[in-house]
Amino acid sequence: MSNDSVTAEKPGAWNDLRIEIIIGTLLRTGVILAAAVVLFGGVLYLARHGREMPHYATFSGEPEGLKSPRDIVHGVMGMSARAIIQLGLLLLIATPVARVAFSAVAFAIERDYMYVVITLVVLAVLAFSLFAA
Amino acid sequence: MNILEFSGLVALGSLLAGFLGALTGLGGGVVVVPMLTLLFHVDIKYAIGASLVSVIATSSGAAAAYVREGYSNIRIGMFLETATTVGAVVGAAIALHVPASAIAIVFGLVLLYSAYLSSRHREQHGPQLKSSPLAEKLRLGGSYPTPDGPQAYGVTGVPAGYGLMFTAGVLSGLLGIGSGAVKVLAMDQAMKIPFKVSTTTSNFMIGVTAAASAGLYLSRGYIGPGIAMPVMLGVLAGSLLGTKVLVKAKVKALRYLFAAVIVALGFEMIFNGVTGRI
Repeated sequence: MSNDSVTAEKPGAWNDLRIEIIIGTLLRTGVILAAAVVLFGGVLYLARHGREMPHYATFSGEPEGLKSPRDIVHGVMGMSARAIIQLGLLLLIATPVARVAFSAVAFAIERDYMYVVITLVVLAVLAFSLFAA
Repeated sequence: MNILEFSGLVALGSLLAGFLGALTGLGGGVVVVPMLTLLFHVDIKYAIGASLVSVIATSSGAAAAYVREGYSNIRIGMFLETATTVGAVVGAAIALHVPASAIAIVFGLVLLYSAYLSSRHREQHGPQLKSSPLAEKLRLGGSYPTPDGPQAYGVTGVPAGYGLMFTAGVLSGLLGIGSGAVKVLAMDQAMKIPFKVSTTTSNFMIGVTAAASAGLYLSRGYIGPGIAMPVMLGVLAGSLLGTKVLVKAKVKALRYLFAAVIVALGFEMIFNGVTGRI
């Protein structure tokens, strides 16, 4: 997304279909990456805790360390299996967010400023949900 | 039942849910939460968190395939996402403050309604050629590919569609489902957008809508890795499998079967909610 100057030289190439194809690739890559990380963490988790008893019948909230992006990354550094799964889930949640962010750039290149604003509104709501809440 | 057995069974059930959801076009998300709560006795809040994550995975996976076909309309999608994302945050905030039994009852009602929607004969309409002034201003019209070249279409009923989309967002955030049925209803019926454009654009929007509430669920501890892992992997694998073996001839009978399952789950969710078992 940093090489706007290159693409801006030939704005005709930025038709809607091309943007949609890039979005498709972005979504697919995000899902595959997220699934791979979740699978890796899952195998590790089952190898370590597979014989323990599950405790999902009563809600107690996930322990601290699995709730915020910063804590999850910290847990991954310590090779915590649950934190690795959580990182994969975070990547998955980030995939549609990245799609929206890319759309904002694409609309800006198309000089469709009304849709730049509309897209930024969506992005603001997503950011609020992830960080401010 | 230890964690290994539990994860294996949940993954298997999620695989089936994703498979049937993709095959029938009803989405796997609607049966994941009832399966987890009724069959595996998982707390409904964990179930919703896990379901939301699987909804993002299947939506993004399917959208990746659809956008290439040129049916989905990114302007319609983005404009309506301002309604669905705000709705999703509202829905998630409501879910944080109401008892589990109330969520179960609403869930049951939504299951019954989506079964009704899927069984109802869909009113066919040709492409709306002229856009309403508001849709014109928002440049919502577009075109989709046909064998005879691109077919242009217009959009009307923007306020009604926008309102329905907000409702779809609230339901998605409250129940952890994609609410694709309501989204398609808003575009196809209220806004007179061509059906194929409606379904692909809906799919495109589901991931963003679910992400808007998933952030809130994550920060409140509703997304547990142990339960979300088998659900997400299972549903994703199942839906990929479902789209691969999509055979038109047998889908109709399967659709009725799946609708019957949804009705049964709906009544059971309501019963469990009313009697306070959930």
